Amino acid sequence: MGSDLPASSTDNAQRPAILVLEDGSTFPGISVGAEGERAFELVFNTAMTGYQEILTDPSYAGQGVVMTYPQIGNYGIALADDESDRCWANALIMRQLSPRASNWRADMTLGEYLEQRDVLGIEGVDTREITLKLREHGALRAVMSTQRFDVESLVEIARNHPSLEGQDLAARVSCAAPYPWDEPLPPDPDGKGRSTTDSLIAPDAPHVVCYDFGVKRNILRCLVSTGLRLTVVPAKTSAEEVLALKPDGLFLSNGPGDPAAITYAHEEVRKLVQGGLPTFGICLGHQILAHVFGASTYKMKFGHHGANHPVVETNGRIDISSQNHGFAVDAESLEPSGLRITHRNGNDGTVAGMEHESLPVFSVQYHPEAAPGPHDPQHLFQRFKHWIVTGRPAKI
Amino acid sequence: MPRRTEIETILVIGSGPIIIGQACEFDYSGTQAIRALREEGYRIVLVNSNPATIMTDPELADATYVEPISVEFIEKIIEKEKPSVILPTLGGQTALNTALELFDSGVLEKHGVEMIGAEAAVIRKAEDRDEFRQAMDNIGLKSAPSEIAHSMDEAQAAVEKIGLPCVIRPAFTLGGSGGGIAYNQEEFEQIAARGIRLSPVNEILIEKSLLGWKEFEMEVMRDRKDNCVIVCSIENLDPMGVHTGDSITVAPAQTLTDREYQHMRDASFAIMREIGVETGGSNVQFALNPADGELIVIEMNPRVSRSSALASKATGFPIAKFAAKLAVGYTLDEIQNDITKETPACFEPSIDYVVTKMPRFAFEKFPLSDSTLGTQMKSVGETMAIGRTFEESFQKALRGLEVGRVGFSGKRREFTPEELAHKLSRPAPGRIFAVYDAFLQRYTVEEVARLTGIDTWILAFLERLAHADATLEGRVLTDFGVNEMRTLKQMGFSDARLAEATNSSEAAVRAHRKELGIAVGFRLVDTCAGEFEARTPYLYSTYHWTRDEIPMQSKRRKVII
Repeated sequence: MGSDLPASSTDNAQRPAILVLEDGSTFPGISVGAEGERAFELVFNTAMTGYQEILTDPSYAGQGVVMTYPQIGNYGIALADDESDRCWANALIMRQLSPRASNWRADMTLGEYLEQRDVLGIEGVDTREITLKLREHGALRAVMSTQRFDVESLVEIARNHPSLEGQDLAARVSCAAPYPWDEPLPPDPDGKGRSTTDSLIAPDAPHVVCYDFGVKRNILRCLVSTGLRLTVVPAKTSAEEVLALKPDGLFLSNGPGDPAAITYAHEEVRKLVQGGLPTFGICLGHQILAHVFGASTYKMKFGHHGANHPVVETNGRIDISSQNHGFAVDAESLEPSGLRITHRNGNDGTVAGMEHESLPVFSVQYHPEAAPGPHDPQHLFQRFKHWIVTGRPAKI
Repeated sequence: MPRRTEIETILVIGSGPIIIGQACEFDYSGTQAIRALREEGYRIVLVNSNPATIMTDPELADATYVEPISVEFIEKIIEKEKPSVILPTLGGQTALNTALELFDSGVLEKHGVEMIGAEAAVIRKAEDRDEFRQAMDNIGLKSAPSEIAHSMDEAQAAVEKIGLPCVIRPAFTLGGSGGGIAYNQEEFEQIAARGIRLSPVNEILIEKSLLGWKEFEMEVMRDRKDNCVIVCSIENLDPMGVHTGDSITVAPAQTLTDREYQHMRDASFAIMREIGVETGGSNVQFALNPADGELIVIEMNPRVSRSSALASKATGFPIAKFAAKLAVGYTLDEIQNDITKETPACFEPSIDYVVTKMPRFAFEKFPLSDSTLGTQMKSVGETMAIGRTFEESFQKALRGLEVGRVGFSGKRREFTPEELAHKLSRPAPGRIFAVYDAFLQRYTVEEVARLTGIDTWILAFLERLAHADATLEGRVLTDFGVNEMRTLKQMGFSDARLAEATNSSEAAVRAHRKELGIAVGFRLVDTCAGEFEARTPYLYSTYHWTRDEIPMQSKRRKVII
């Protein structure tokens, strides 16, 4: 038999928590966040840093995240690194949570943050075992509770929890009203890198309207630092309302849920891109573009969630990328759409980027804005600006 | 890109006799590389004067010369074997320096031999302190304020600018030999004179001391299409001031936020490109001010380094093997990940365990030598341990040292505050056990951090281990129930330690533990934290497990010799 049970804390006032999967497997552990009971889709993330950015990324709405790296919370929380104004993941599942935050920028410990932001947290569970289960069986629904420990009823709850397939979660996480954004990327973490004044936006800078399907702040920062003027609009903004803002370019953000379910966005974006507006989509935005041009998406077995995925461009360039998606664009469905594949995932060959053959439209499945993850593909924001300014795609 | 077909014979330089700073790591890397290159059909000529190496086994290379690694001998070998290229980046500093001498003396040009892996200009740019500092300035990265000196007069002028304490680093020496930290004028004069004498170019660098800063290493690979990946990040437990070869180190880096980590990653690639290492592996060392995150580049090795062996074993990514393939023209995406056999090598390993490297000293054999650790490497070897958590891996690494320790424990020693302050602030081989003593004397993490410069994240775990260890003493074995026993085993406490504390035997502890249903399990090192299936049975033992991960094919009967 195995040896996995709540590990090792000398704290006597431990609160119990349990994670139950739809296949009936149970993972008892120690509660280290908010109190409560929540059901979600379970995903694992293989990034070794960046738990805070992951928690606050709206694309994780409706999901519980297993961190594969066993020591989480080591450097605590620096509030400036939040990717939105709240946590969206329902639960954070860890092997071992650091009781202490060791970093000069830390504002609090991860445990304190989970409690404050109302996220369930569990430590002491065998995260590798959960990861292997997800790899073998594909995405699983699960429930975590700090209140109820009756396994049978918890399994029922997990099994009755709706799948992400067919769900429009973008509308839920999107902003309520349009707003301008002018904050650029921060200086390097030691404060001695590029100056924030480099990217003050000129009044005549090209104006980009960004559809917020669950946008991460670092995308907005990257766009601003490229020298673009930004207005962020809610997911359900009509094409007419967007055009009234006189955009020079259109950006489609990342976000949670099933891209096929957001039919209102397919309609409005179609009107905008067919008018020739230069358009760039990331993640959910990339999947929406596939639907706009009549292609389709599907739910992957367990998706890509990590910071080490190679992306291969047709010209041979390879970027190590940050990825977080459970749906993907069906390569075969692209044939009649006018979209052509420009990037593939180096591990499994799935569609990672595409471009339209005649319209100024391109998109990627991965996250050039990083946060967390490598900065390799950040050049894509320059490519977008180049397209807006010159009307032509940048020479790669 | 296909491999280079115009190359017929490759000359590989080994690292010669084992010395401090250059031990069997370079036999490991050289052997890997020779195998990989022969697989590709190249003819390999090897020169290494050390007979106790795998690489000099006659069947490994096509021609093996057990000869001195010097310009005169190698020129004769070149005349006879007529290699088209020479690969100097796998044999440590010895091979690199020798290749540079061959280049400078015109031998390579005379015989039309090309250097692959790193060109002479690149080696010089990375190794020459002045050129390196200039290169860092070019890309907006900071190096420690420093001055170059070739004579005692120049050295004196330099130290007046830099101030004391300062670090003295001789150019082109192994493991920092001849260098050191000078706290006062007398020490300065002594170390500076020694450094100038020992440097093959009579050059020393006098550098501002970054004592107490955190130290990190990045293992980087680059191919000729400019694909760059980080194989492994390493965090030194001992702060700046202790040579990284003498430091306890942990992989991956533990206390960097994603923003800091990515900044360091970007900096590593920028350095690789600016120095001009076109293919292969390099090692970049950074110092980070724990008070404000200021980042300073310490140095870069444009070759497979001592840490590469550790990084390879820590991640399952064979750096030397891939470096050799990249040197003959392959790119990372053309090489297969050895462990998954499906995904390409153009990725960055993600690990789901913690690796600890522990240096091994042998001062007991040299009772008159000074055991204070500094910028000159003194350890003679190292052990590495993999555990699911830092605690498990740290205790395992201590046991692996074979210095009679059964883990992070010891005889309870009482020290006065002065004695403890001295023991904690002076880096020396047994310092980690003074940390143990301090915690038993109820020092706080902050106090120990102030005296040692060790990060509080590490110390918080060491504090917990020390207190847990102290409560074991004098207990009765059968009193340990299943939960406590499991917790202790997961924290890395050995059966030997439990036997010692309970005055029983290891066999008795083991029997009691088995009765409680607690057994060790094995988990896979798979380069990808479980995302893909691993095909290679590379395993580590742990008490954090629920599933037996030993692949079927390795369950056949086996014999332990």
